[in-house]
Parts: sequence; structure tokens; C-alpha cells
Amino acid sequence: MIDIIVFSLLGLGLLFTLIRFVKGPSLSDKVVSLDTFNMIVIGVIAMLALLFENNLYLDIVIIFAILSFLETIVFARYLEGKKDGNN
Amino acid sequence: MEIISYIFLIIGGIFFFLGGLGVLRMPDTFNRIQAGTKATTLGAFSILVGIGFAHPSWIFKLILIIVFIAISNPIGSSVIARATYKSNNIPTNLVQDDMADRGEEK
Repeated sequence: MIDIIVFSLLGLGLLFTLIRFVKGPSLSDKVVSLDTFNMIVIGVIAMLALLFENNLYLDIVIIFAILSFLETIVFARYLEGKKDGNN
Repeated sequence: MEIISYIFLIIGGIFFFLGGLGVLRMPDTFNRIQAGTKATTLGAFSILVGIGFAHPSWIFKLILIIVFIAISNPIGSSVIARATYKSNNIPTNLVQDDMADRGEEK
């Protein structure tokens, strides 16, 4: 019961960030929504660890957190290099 | 113990939902950075603490993840905000502009 509530809240959050990712007016909005999407996916994988009662999903969470941090940094450096801006 | 875990999980789910809603509904980019990063940091902390109350033997990996998120997520938010400021599409109605006061170039 509690799993259904938490998973539906996380799914609504994923849906909202995907809508912002599709219609975001500038490139930095897309980078922000991608960062938020990655954090919500971390929450989903941690809830899967609780649902299947398996310890190994937390290892997946660690690797995913490291990769999403690198992804944010790389996209932000790319965005900083673009000078002209408006898309 | 299970009741405390359920309370933390519900709080974490609500904060993730509010983070997504803030990213969708806020008016410009800096507000979206604020909503999308701080709310999801607190949501991730709350869900991991709830899992720690449900399974106390997993506490080592959970503390590792919490420390890593507490370090990496504000750094990511700061780097995105700086890149947004430098890429010339910032909103024109800024009240205070500390980067220009420090002599940083757009």
C-alpha cells in the first residue's frame, strides 16, 4: 500500500520533469530538468531495493549517483562554452 | 519502527513530487534550479533514511549514498547556475547581481 503511494508520487515527479524537458525554452532548462530527473530515478531505484528486499540495488544507486553527477558537470561545461545563448 | 519508516518514505515521495512540480511550474531558469535541486536533495535524504529504518543492517551503504548526495548535488546546482549566467540568456529583471559585482564577465 505504502509502495503504491510513494511510487505514484515519484512517477508524477518524473512526468513533470519530462514535460519540462520536452518544452523547455532554453538549453539550461533542459539541463536542470535532466538533473532533477536523475535524482528522482535515484529515489525510484532505492524504493526498488526496499520492494524486492535486495541489498544490491543500493550499489546501483551509488554508481548511478556518480554517473549523474558527472553528466551534470559535463553538460554544464558544454553550456558554459556556448556563448550565443538562446537555444 | 515500521511506522517511522513509512512516515519518512511518504515525506520523501511528497518532496520528489514537489520538486517535479516546481521544475514544471516555476517562471524562469534560476527558480527552476532552486526548486529542482533543493527539494530533490531533501527527498532523497528522507527516502534513504526511511529505508534505513526499515532495514537497519543496510546502514553503511545508505550513509555512503547520503554523504555523496550531500556533496555532489549542491555542486551540480552551483555549476548549472554559473553556466546559465555565462550563456547570456538570463532574465533581465534581476534584483541583485553578485557575479557582476565581483567583476565576472557574462
